[in-house]
Amino acid sequence: MAFRAAVITFPGSNCDRDMAVAIERVSGNAPIRVWHGDAHLPDDLDFIALPGGFSYGDYLRSGAMAANSPIMRSVTRRAERGVPVLGVCNGFQVLTEAGLLPGALMRNASQNFICRTVALQVENSQSLFTTGYESGQTIHIPVAHHDGNYFADEDTLDRLEGEGRVAFRYAENCNGSRRDIAGVLNAAGNVLGMMPHPERAVDAAHGGTDGLALFENAVKALASA
Amino acid sequence: MKIRVHVSLKPGVLDPQGRAVHHALEGLGFAGVEDVRVGRLIELDVADDTEDAALTEMCEKLLANTVIENYRIEKVG
Repeated sequence: MAFRAAVITFPGSNCDRDMAVAIERVSGNAPIRVWHGDAHLPDDLDFIALPGGFSYGDYLRSGAMAANSPIMRSVTRRAERGVPVLGVCNGFQVLTEAGLLPGALMRNASQNFICRTVALQVENSQSLFTTGYESGQTIHIPVAHHDGNYFADEDTLDRLEGEGRVAFRYAENCNGSRRDIAGVLNAAGNVLGMMPHPERAVDAAHGGTDGLALFENAVKALASA
Repeated sequence: MKIRVHVSLKPGVLDPQGRAVHHALEGLGFAGVEDVRVGRLIELDVADDTEDAALTEMCEKLLANTVIENYRIEKVG
């Protein structure tokens, strides 16, 4: 069966094409492109990606408007049924605002927009997104965000760590995130949100290919499922 | 009916924006400013028979992110 992925585009998304290119590169199939105002997703989707960008101009709070757009009701239902959902950067913000992941992404502690490649430590190499990495491995992935400062209360952070739901940590905290958290999983392990952009590290011309394993393993895990 | 929703960061949540404003006030020579927190004021004009429960729901679902923010609903008249 061909790998069926969807990339959601909100008004103001700007990494949707990069995300689609990365998914096509590893799966051989171009994802369908879905507009935020669409109410429905195809039934047989294997993977849903929420891309980076500045949906709705970051009005109110980053991701807040997109989280309440028509398509997110369908995305939430699919996520609850176990369909893998990857949210990158603004996509991570949307997932927290939609309640699919705990916590919130606040303004970077430095107040600065940060755009550079950072070192990440892989914390959980057991999820369907991260089996291509080893626990403790350091990978290099670009970040580009103003609101990447991960916040959750201490009880939530303890629970996330206890349940192995911290997927990635910053080797050096660049934005003030609690406990250096760069990416988190939901309880079922099928939803991953992360601020760094793996889709910007899938080609030697990007300066690195450390993001490739994330997409490859998601595709492989689903193909063998 | 005019409603004002005051949204503020919860105590203990770091407010980088407030901190920057604080430094700017000090830079302007204002002494004695202990702390600055930046919030948001949202003004709504709603039907007079809008129930309090509906206003609360608006805040919980969209106007505030209760993970990091508190809100206060004020009826202006």
